[in-house]
Amino acid sequence: MTVNQADPATGALFDELGPRGRKRLRWATVIASIVVLGLVVAVIAQLAHVGQLAGRLWAPLGEWPYQRFLLGGLVTTLEIGLSAAAMSMVVGTAAAIGRLSGHRWVSLPCTAAIELFRSIPLILLVYFFLIGGPMVGIYLPPYWELAIPIVLHAGSVFAEIVRAGVNSLDRGQTDAGLALGLRRQQVLTLVVLPQVFRNLRPALVSQLIRTLKESSLGYVVSYPELLNRGQVLGEYTANFLQTYFVTAAIYIVINFALSRIAELLDRPKSS
Amino acid sequence: MSILFDHLGELGTGLLTTLELSVLAFPLAVLLGTVLGVCRVSPVPPLRAVATGYVHCFRNAPLLLIMVMVVFALPYAGVTVPLFGSVVLGLGLYFASYVCETIRSGIASIPIGQIEAARAIGLGFGGVLREVVLPQTFRSMVQPLGNIFINTALGSALAAAVGVQELTGSARQFNLTYAQPVPSFVAAGIGYLLITLTAGQIIGFIERKVGIER
Repeated sequence: MTVNQADPATGALFDELGPRGRKRLRWATVIASIVVLGLVVAVIAQLAHVGQLAGRLWAPLGEWPYQRFLLGGLVTTLEIGLSAAAMSMVVGTAAAIGRLSGHRWVSLPCTAAIELFRSIPLILLVYFFLIGGPMVGIYLPPYWELAIPIVLHAGSVFAEIVRAGVNSLDRGQTDAGLALGLRRQQVLTLVVLPQVFRNLRPALVSQLIRTLKESSLGYVVSYPELLNRGQVLGEYTANFLQTYFVTAAIYIVINFALSRIAELLDRPKSS
Repeated sequence: MSILFDHLGELGTGLLTTLELSVLAFPLAVLLGTVLGVCRVSPVPPLRAVATGYVHCFRNAPLLLIMVMVVFALPYAGVTVPLFGSVVLGLGLYFASYVCETIRSGIASIPIGQIEAARAIGLGFGGVLREVVLPQTFRSMVQPLGNIFINTALGSALAAAVGVQELTGSARQFNLTYAQPVPSFVAAGIGYLLITLTAGQIIGFIERKVGIER
């Protein structure tokens, strides 16, 4: 039996253990377990000490009206996450194609836009549309106040992923397409991009995780997504700790499930 | 426009705060992330479980949620940290999970022959890591760690949402006072570009100095 089957990537870091090694490992396991359990107990004791485990504070989270309120936020988060992910993929792919274009008047502005939106923080864009928009006479619906910055930001990140995918594809594919007499545009849409997107399946899911996380900026623009709802609910029932705890758990469960899907897609198909 | 130049100092202070946040949070993330990374590849099951659980929790939650929790929920648990410290803590906790994963893949990129050779001359798990694997891992990780630093600097902008007057916050404040959206946000954007471009240059320089050609 090998100890480290779980993680083939680091399989060679330690030998299969001898009797002394196994004994030491057992001790290390026991001590580490005690330390970890001790930490957990300490956290629980501290929470109990300050009275945060009181049933009164957790009770609202078991009641349907409050749950419905929070789940409504989850639905909004999923809606904006999915729609922004889809839009950012379209925008990002277009920008990547533009950046790879042979015409400098196309590639330069695309490169500039990608680099710009990648190197300024999302929240600055959000404030720009939130505060700056109305001041110059642009009134956007709340959805777009949040969606436009996310699409610009996540789209520029996606553009770089697509570009890396295109660059990592064998040059021979393009050459063969051109030799067949296809135009550059046809080579891209018929030969290169289909293969790139097949390789990028996991990245498509990661993009959704990214936009789901970024949609939490609804907190800033008061768009009723999950984090915003969590804040409102926490304020209303005066149990911030408990509500944020549940909110975090929802984000973690959903994104964890998605990242598992991405891992499954990453694995080569067993034919 | 001229109002902006009169008050450039405020934005400058904001830029400094952004730098302070990033420069304090990044070492925290690297330190915690390295410990977690070592736990994650260690032969001790509970340590692996803790590190894996940590990474899953902190990578899958939005940074803003973590920051909001540290700032607004942690005091209810009886832990009061000053606002600035909370933000540094939130950033450090969040990016530690990214450092952990970077270290794990960095360790995986070390040629297996080196590890076998190190074990053959009698080094144990700690020795293999300390003497052979980690020094090379850090050298091959200059670029990914640099990206984490840049992301820390950009992530620190979320501090504006919890009330820290860093670059984004001061641009917002300036805007609310003088109603000059375009110049102030453009100035803040230039500030971030300065940070990311400078960091990129420094990372490239370090990479050339210590990088390993394979």
